[in-house]
Amino acid sequence: MTEVMIEAQGVTKSFGDLEVLNGIDLTIPKGSVTCIIGPSGSGKSTFLRCINQLETLDGGYILVEGQPVGVKVRKGRLHAQNNAEAAKMRENIGMVFQSFNLFPHMTVLENICEAPVRVKKESRKAVQDRAKILLERVGLSEKVHAYPASLSGGQQQRVAIARALAMEPRLMLFDEPTSALDPELVGEVLDVMRKLADGGMTMIVVTHEIGFAREVGDHLIFMDGGGIVEQGDPRTVLSDPQHVRTKQFLAKVI
Amino acid sequence: MANTATEPDAKAPAGDGLDRQLLQGRPHQRHGGLWLTAAIVLFAIFLISYSLITNPRFEWNVVFGWFTSERLFTGLLRTLGLTAISMAVGIVVGVLLALARLAPNAVVAGTAAFLVWLFRGVPVFVQLLFWGFIAAIYPRIAVGVPFGPEFFSVDANVLITPFMAAILGLGLNEGAYMSEIVRAGLLSVNRGQTEAATALGMRRFAILSRVVLPQAMKIIIPPTGNQTISMLKTTSLVSVLAFPELLYSAQLVYSANFKTIPLLIAASMWYLLVTSILSLGQYFIERHFNRGGITPGRSTRRTRKAKAENSRTAPQEVQP
Ligand SMILES: Nc1ncnc2c1ncn2[C@@H]1O[C@H](COP(=O)(O)OP(=O)(O)OP(=O)(O)O)[C@@H](O)[C@H]1O
Ligand SMILES: [Mg+2]
Repeated sequence: MTEVMIEAQGVTKSFGDLEVLNGIDLTIPKGSVTCIIGPSGSGKSTFLRCINQLETLDGGYILVEGQPVGVKVRKGRLHAQNNAEAAKMRENIGMVFQSFNLFPHMTVLENICEAPVRVKKESRKAVQDRAKILLERVGLSEKVHAYPASLSGGQQQRVAIARALAMEPRLMLFDEPTSALDPELVGEVLDVMRKLADGGMTMIVVTHEIGFAREVGDHLIFMDGGGIVEQGDPRTVLSDPQHVRTKQFLAKVI
Repeated sequence: MANTATEPDAKAPAGDGLDRQLLQGRPHQRHGGLWLTAAIVLFAIFLISYSLITNPRFEWNVVFGWFTSERLFTGLLRTLGLTAISMAVGIVVGVLLALARLAPNAVVAGTAAFLVWLFRGVPVFVQLLFWGFIAAIYPRIAVGVPFGPEFFSVDANVLITPFMAAILGLGLNEGAYMSEIVRAGLLSVNRGQTEAATALGMRRFAILSRVVLPQAMKIIIPPTGNQTISMLKTTSLVSVLAFPELLYSAQLVYSANFKTIPLLIAASMWYLLVTSILSLGQYFIERHFNRGGITPGRSTRRTRKAKAENSRTAPQEVQP
């Protein structure tokens, strides 16, 4: 039996009167690449952000490696996690944002080393060595001391991936990592993600890159209106969508 | 066609009759307005200087005599001390109030908003008088359990010296203004920065001190420099508490020798001198906190290193 990375059951989330997630049920095995596609406003980002508690759930639960997100059970009662407990869970979950969000006042190396040194209290020397290996893996060895403002979008996103990996996470979340990039820079970021997937990393990728979903994804989820409309093997879903909304969406993006 | 667009042939003007060679030059600059204003200003300077030098009532020998006197210098040192301590108190109080106002806890945020309203709304002159006369309301200040035992108490007049009253009045008022400046700085930092740091597992204090505050500094520093310069002169209000800072020292002298104008000029010269030095300091601090920005022209050891290794940066942008 394959080990489970994420188990979500009946996840709901509203912003005021707007119901953004209306009951997400999902199981993600370890080592798999799950791609989420769907129209704008369908709740893809919100679901991703619920996994590492950038948003709080209104209903249902999410387990990451069997550990409930945002809550703890004590003496048969449910309590909210405190900040330190939430941060502890996030240490194992890397996240890459559409807008990179590198720290502009730090060099590439400082960006990567900040969290491992401050959060995990690792020695700076050890982290710097690891950071240099990571930068080599994302093809940016020569940018160690550059500031983010002097890098292209594709380079910034690759640094952001290296920064997340420096925490040695067991799960990586990608929220439209290539949507803010010029077309000719998309490939270099997808290549890095592909290598990461080949290395066995568990990944959840919100993307509009249908080609990436087809070739790299193990599982494809189509979301619309705050729920999962259709899911399954990427090749099957993409070539033979069952649901009319999936068909309409794919007709527009392919 | 593309060739003629980039390298126009000056010898053969195009059919539109425009002289391409002439267009390569820069337009003729008109300096008439500049010369005229310069002449007016120079004449004004001449008139004012003439009056300053020839009007014996300025008594310049008296001005310079007192400018370099020990009494004014001691007053100046007190003014500088007062400015530094009040600003330090103001910045600490300001950061605390700003953080409190941004706190998710509504009671904390509301209390901070109330304190800002109070300390900003009451004239600082009145606040100084209030702290100066606090002994009239609370003759004794005690530490203990409310309505319970008292551990020790002191005479308010002993605890709240004119100096303490000055620090309280200036510092708390400053804190209210600084809190708005710090709050604007904190809010100026993109929410994505906090989210990225949070997602990395960083704790709240680390996010604030390592990610948000350093970026907020770019917004916070310039108005803080302004506040410091403003504080330097606001300290002169402390003369109502009979604390002999620079202005009150001058007042003490001229109330005895009636050389009012020369002493006011001597004090003002010190204020101007210190303001100039503070402005210069502000320039260097701003430059420091601009690192990592895309502003050209900065060149620190770190950016030079970064640029040297950055092949995308054009070589002419590297500062010597
Ligand atoms: N913090 C918030 N406050 C209020 N509404 C929000 C907030 N965040 C998201 N929403 C709303 O929730 C809905 C779902 O947003 P979400 O970002 O999850 O969509 P998405 O599927 O990621 O879309 P996109 O492809 O545009 O990124 C949208 O209508 C959005 O306006
Ligand atoms: Mg989104």
